[in-house]
Amino acid sequence: MTAKKHLELTGVDIDFPTPNGPFKALSNVNLKIDRGEFVSLIGHSGCGKSTVLNIVAGLYQATQGGVLLDGREVNEPGPERAVVFQNHSLLPWLTAYENVELAVKQVFKHTKSKAEMKEWIEYNLHLVHMDHAMHKRPDEISGGMKQRVGIARALAMEPTVMLMDEPFGALDALTRAHLQDSLMEIQADLNNTVIMITHDVDEAVLLSDRIVMMTNGPAASVGEILEVNLERPRHRLELADDPQYNHYRAAVLSFLYEKQRTPGEPTAKPISQQTPAASVAADAADTEATTTAVKTAKKPISADEQAA
Amino acid sequence: MSSIALKLLKPLGLPEKLSIAQLIKALLVPLSGILVFLFIWNIAAQNIHTSLGEFPGPSQVYEQSINLLAEHNRERQKEVAFHQRQDVRNAKKLAKNPDAVIKTRPYTGKPTFIDQIGTSLVTVLAGFFAASLIAIPAGIVIGLNKTLYSAFNPVIQLFKPVSPLAWLPLVTMVVSAMYVSDDPMFAKSFVTSLITVSLCCLWPTLLNTAVGVSTISADLNNVSKVLRLSWLTHVIKIVIPSAIPMIFTGLRLSLGIAWMVLIAAEMLAQNPGLGKFVWDEFQNGSSNSLGRIMVAVLVIGLIGFMLDRVMLVLQKKVSWDKSVELR
Ligand SMILES: Nc1ncnc2c1ncn2[C@@H]1O[C@H](COP(=O)(O)OP(=O)(O)OP(=O)(O)O)[C@@H](O)[C@H]1O
Ligand SMILES: [Mg+2]
Repeated sequence: MTAKKHLELTGVDIDFPTPNGPFKALSNVNLKIDRGEFVSLIGHSGCGKSTVLNIVAGLYQATQGGVLLDGREVNEPGPERAVVFQNHSLLPWLTAYENVELAVKQVFKHTKSKAEMKEWIEYNLHLVHMDHAMHKRPDEISGGMKQRVGIARALAMEPTVMLMDEPFGALDALTRAHLQDSLMEIQADLNNTVIMITHDVDEAVLLSDRIVMMTNGPAASVGEILEVNLERPRHRLELADDPQYNHYRAAVLSFLYEKQRTPGEPTAKPISQQTPAASVAADAADTEATTTAVKTAKKPISADEQAA
Repeated sequence: MSSIALKLLKPLGLPEKLSIAQLIKALLVPLSGILVFLFIWNIAAQNIHTSLGEFPGPSQVYEQSINLLAEHNRERQKEVAFHQRQDVRNAKKLAKNPDAVIKTRPYTGKPTFIDQIGTSLVTVLAGFFAASLIAIPAGIVIGLNKTLYSAFNPVIQLFKPVSPLAWLPLVTMVVSAMYVSDDPMFAKSFVTSLITVSLCCLWPTLLNTAVGVSTISADLNNVSKVLRLSWLTHVIKIVIPSAIPMIFTGLRLSLGIAWMVLIAAEMLAQNPGLGKFVWDEFQNGSSNSLGRIMVAVLVIGLIGFMLDRVMLVLQKKVSWDKSVELR
């Protein structure tokens, strides 16, 4: 018998109720993650990555199977599983400082004094290089700065697991690179467990210990898992010419654009006891997934990326 | 000079920094609108003949507003004189007999136009505050709970369009029956007006608050869940701030309705206030009556406008979304 893993997803299924009957978004998702591991989830748009993350966060309930964190079942959200949301989700009426403060007050109200809390909030904002704009509101700072505050808020909760839903998705390449480097540094220091969703193959390879590639929905599952054995600290410039790095990159690309090329068809297992209504729902989802996949497919295979 | 003009313009919703040219334009355009209105009014008034004479034009209205002010001042002087006489009388009495029982009677003159304005303002604000005090918390509770919302929505929709005139007889009867005390803190007429106003202006605030609360973004709700905020913290830190714009939309609608309802209620119930002033002048039927009513009409409009501006200033103070232009 092997030792208990840190975070375990076992046989996770989820059905969303829709007007046309239940829609099976995930089917039999299994994943084991070690403490301090950095895992990326990658897959075509709409396959169910956010759903997996939300189940780990406790915001969604699995219909079957479940999540164990350090041997305890996850069935509600909690600050030990901090989430960095796809669109930062800062409270627009609070300053950066106050946004982090809300989280810190909630987590450390019995363990830290006022002065300690202040220091801790400032320290976390410093980690993401937001010292200078600490007292600005979200509408007064740029998209990248908002995302950094969102990360600081999650870090400040000292979570056992950090869940990040495309944290750098909406950012320009330079800001994104900068934040990726900061995230690597912070993670090296704190040794949190991180699950990060991404659409960006380079980002996945650069940051992750393992890349979990998901099959297309509906009834999506874990397709392949790629171990990334690159030495840390990693530097993007050195890695650009590294054959090993390019090998990993090619493996992910081949999964996404060859094996999962036509979303739905090869992988979507027929839903058992399929009702006519459910099959209509599945068809509708198929066509949606196809169109979105074509859109995202353009990005990583653009000319400059191919040259790299 | 221009800085004073700017300060006066600010509550009208004009931008703060204006060049002289902009200032002239900002003043000239509304001013010309008013002039055109006065002109049309003047022409129209000359051609409308009533049993009480010609319809009042701008000049009669100006005249009557001066008269009304003068009447008010005269009445105040009478009051002062009355109190002086009374004091002198009492002093004499005391001089004769130090143990004499002294009576001080309050002055019971007829309330002037200005007094009626004061009464109406106090009543409308009291009614509006009472309604808000109920509507905002109730709206939050209903908005947070889908079941409660579905349960109460039909009731709210049913009462929302009810005219104050329909409530008034009921409220009057209920107040006469229930509000009995030997030394009442407030006059019955005040309580009746207040309750009627509250009943009518409750609904916009209630509905808008409920809608504002129920449309909080799912992301912010998720933040709250991940942080495991308690119900109260959730309401204070997340629900109320994000519903503030909708709450204020409701409050401004409510205050507008409250002011309209109050005038109607005062007219119908003969409760002191601007409505009663209008009704009394109508009954009075002198040649000046129409002019005096017209003054009241303009004052009612002006006060309604000012009340809304005050709310706007408040709204700007508490609103966090500075990107939205409030008007
Ligand atoms: N609350 C819900 N109710 C019904 N269906 C849902 C719900 N949430 C997600 N789905 C469906 O589940 C599938 C997976 O959605 P999910 O948001 O997890 O995709 P994703 O992989 O995160 O996509 P993207 O990369 O575009 O963010 C989609 O087909 C979506 O329509
Ligand atoms: Mg997603």
